[in-house]
Amino acid sequence: MPTTEAPALTRKDFQSDQEVRWCPGCGDYAILAAVQQVFPELGIPREKFVIVSGIGCSSRFPYYMNTYGFHSIHGRAPAVATGLKMTRPDLDVWVVTGDGDALSIGGNHLIHTLRRNVNIKILLFNNRVYGLTKGQYSPTSELGKRTKSTPHGSVDFPFNPLNIALGSGATFVARSVDVFIPHLKAVLKRAAAHKGSAFVEVMQNCNIYNDKAFAALTDKTGRQQNGLYLEHGKPLVFGDNKDRGLRFTGTDFEVVQLGNGTTADDCLIWDEKHDNPSLAFQMASLSTGDGLGDYPVPLGVLRAIDAPTYDAGVIDQIEQTRTTRPQTLDQLIHGTDTWTVDAGGNVHRGAN
Amino acid sequence: MTLPIAGQTAAGRAAEATVSDVVIRFAGDSGDGMQLTGTQFTNTSALIGNDLSTLPDFPAEIRAPAGTLPGVSAFQVRIADHDIHTPGDAPDVLVAMNPAALKANLRDLRDNGVIIVNTDEFTPRNLKRAGYESNPLEDDSLNAFRLYQVALTTMTRRALEESPLDVRSKDRCKNFLALGMIYWLFSRPLESTIDWLRVKFRRRPEIAEANVKVMKAGWNFCDITDAFQVRYDVEPAQLEPGIYRSIHGNSALAIGLVAASRRSGLPLFLGAYPITPASDVLHELATYKHFGVTTYQAEDEIAAVCAAIGASFGGSLGVSCSSGPGIALKAEGINLAVMVELPLIICDIQRGGPSTGLPTKTEQADLLQVMFGRNNESPVPVIAASSPANCFDTALEAVRMATAYMTPVILLSDGYIANGAEPWRIPQVEELPDLRIDFHQNAEGFMPYMRDERTLARPWAIPGTPGLEHRIGGLEKEDVTGNVNYEPENHDHMVRLRAEKVARIVNDIPDIEVDGPASGKLLVLGWGSTLGAITGAVNQARADGLTVSRAHLWHINPFPRNLVDVLDRFERVLVPEMNLGQLALLLRARYLKDIETYSKVEGKPFTRDEILHRIEDMAGGPN
Repeated sequence: MPTTEAPALTRKDFQSDQEVRWCPGCGDYAILAAVQQVFPELGIPREKFVIVSGIGCSSRFPYYMNTYGFHSIHGRAPAVATGLKMTRPDLDVWVVTGDGDALSIGGNHLIHTLRRNVNIKILLFNNRVYGLTKGQYSPTSELGKRTKSTPHGSVDFPFNPLNIALGSGATFVARSVDVFIPHLKAVLKRAAAHKGSAFVEVMQNCNIYNDKAFAALTDKTGRQQNGLYLEHGKPLVFGDNKDRGLRFTGTDFEVVQLGNGTTADDCLIWDEKHDNPSLAFQMASLSTGDGLGDYPVPLGVLRAIDAPTYDAGVIDQIEQTRTTRPQTLDQLIHGTDTWTVDAGGNVHRGAN
Repeated sequence: MTLPIAGQTAAGRAAEATVSDVVIRFAGDSGDGMQLTGTQFTNTSALIGNDLSTLPDFPAEIRAPAGTLPGVSAFQVRIADHDIHTPGDAPDVLVAMNPAALKANLRDLRDNGVIIVNTDEFTPRNLKRAGYESNPLEDDSLNAFRLYQVALTTMTRRALEESPLDVRSKDRCKNFLALGMIYWLFSRPLESTIDWLRVKFRRRPEIAEANVKVMKAGWNFCDITDAFQVRYDVEPAQLEPGIYRSIHGNSALAIGLVAASRRSGLPLFLGAYPITPASDVLHELATYKHFGVTTYQAEDEIAAVCAAIGASFGGSLGVSCSSGPGIALKAEGINLAVMVELPLIICDIQRGGPSTGLPTKTEQADLLQVMFGRNNESPVPVIAASSPANCFDTALEAVRMATAYMTPVILLSDGYIANGAEPWRIPQVEELPDLRIDFHQNAEGFMPYMRDERTLARPWAIPGTPGLEHRIGGLEKEDVTGNVNYEPENHDHMVRLRAEKVARIVNDIPDIEVDGPASGKLLVLGWGSTLGAITGAVNQARADGLTVSRAHLWHINPFPRNLVDVLDRFERVLVPEMNLGQLALLLRARYLKDIETYSKVEGKPFTRDEILHRIEDMAGGPN
């Protein structure tokens, strides 16, 4: 937090002098714009932001942000960010990653970072394809996906990123869409305010290798028809005129038509703060995320709970030990058992 | 040396003889506490003022089936009244807690050496497990040795008849009976071990007292009975005046890193994943939080090094510590540090390989891996520790290079010196090198890849500094600006620049020193943990009338500037290495000089005599 009144930052302050080199029409542009609009509103000095990325189209992100940035190696951004945050708790550390980077080569780092609850923000741009390597299927590609590496269609099942995060014990899990700018900005602000690992899946269109992957959700009718905008403490209603809702039967969600005596009161009240992530898991499992199924696509915050952060725990131990165990370097080097050889060659126990 | 069988006799007492040097090996099941027993004997001898050197040898299995050969754990210690360099080629005394321990270690024992066996364990079942067809205590197979048969387990139980411990716990004290006997045999006081027991088991005093009682029983048994005809003493060594402690290599490395952190003003961050024989560095640094040390047990080797790089980016001293298999996994991370030019220390505590190999055994076969085991042109400074205590200085020197030149540095150690111990003359803190560094602060004209004219280092500008916001990454950088750049000329320039930066380190590292004549027929050149065996062998060869010189490399990349001249001044150069000739390959490639390799890859260090015999072959037999 700034201690003195600094001049207000603007979107322009976060634009770097580098030419943005994503393909024209890429969903990444919209996400970049949203982040550049949100950061100045967070009240954090620009030099305190660090964006760490891995490899892939999304991971070029740091170059376009006029903050500190680290474009690291494939899948390892959460590990780099963890080391940075543990030693520099004053920094606001954001990881930008993609579905291949985070869920394939870097899956191990993602789950362990979330498990530890390191106080960093992770934005996963999910376009369900490998773009930078020119069009292979990814761990989030739908079954049967035909790509250069799966000419007969993929035969392995995709991950649901939200469920990976929930299963790893993430304390903040949310989802938005590249082109839903106001929604995306609101979710980013929520993530920024969270203390602990904040995981945000952003559905992102790759107009070159996987165009219109989320069209059923993002087109004019899809936005209202197929999007379920979660709000804490509010009933689960959706549709054109909020005319449908989700009821929880005790084992499953079911879509109900509102009217004729069925009201929003019959729908489940969403609780993002529930200790048990089971319902959030079930919510995330409702749809494959593209708006093509029978259920709407949950968007917004699925889970936001308070829990101690890893970095704070590590630093607490260091600070406590400093006071309970004062020792000089000289004492450390000497250890507990020393002997002294004097000028006459006599030996005696101790250090004098 | 061979222990004399006669000595000065006082009335009614065992004869007493002073010896200058003795090698003792404690061997037993991996659950018998042999490492602990050996360590106690070592520490007590250190406090007497002996020079010493130790060689632990333990199995990869935590508890292999009891009584079997794979389960044998041994600890060898050599104590002397003079300067020694190795833990000794052949034990004078072998303590064998069971038949397997006897069988596994007998072939190393010196002729006429002393064997102390626990007869209680020489049952038909245990003999069969160890592969004995007949009981060696009853046939003639041990005639060449001085065999002492002691019912250690029975005596331990008898000594603890009134102890509240259960039988199993009582039996676990039997190593202290053996220790008490060895203390008597070599005239050592019991006090420091008693002190240690009472501190170690301060919450379970009944265990401390049981061990004290058993150890005293072992001592008294020797003192009262005529078990041994001769009792020995080893006088203090004439060490340089100063304050000393006994230290293991991994401990010296951990303390050295803390010292470097203090001397540089950089908080220490260790990212590590458990791996033998490097884990003790993690364990030890985890207890130094009060020095601002952050330790991070990562999910894997890759995360360990990447977190260290993240910490370095933020202005900490990033360190990752592992062994060969882990270094292989870290290769991409190390190369990232090469590209983004951040300080990073990678410690490789080498072990036998390839693949999982021999996790608990020693080797020096990662040299070419750390030099070249990364994609593309990836220059990284390499420095190798030569003894347990030298790990301390090596840590400081690695940090100096890393921070002065903004580069990852690889520090090589190995299982032998990591787990071995020797006396260390404790340095004065104020005499340690001043490693203070300044982070870049000035935003005026700042470019992330502008360079220091002398070192070619780029500025270390850490996040949180207003006006220095910049991006780094693994893509090729444009010189000065640090912008991503794919131009052919720029890439060629940057590849050469990174190589030149590491090469320039030669400007402030010491020349290699030659011990003995500066020129002549034979130079024995070593690196790393072969120092002790080479020094012992060369000294002996000279005592035998041979002319031979010796030099030892500390910096391996870059080599010291005068190395080429040193090599040219000798007709023959012998390089003993625990690999198939890796340093020799580098030297031949660099200097077009014929190098003769003496290889040993048995998972064990060279003995002095192995190298001595090779020197004799090359420099003519003893006069």
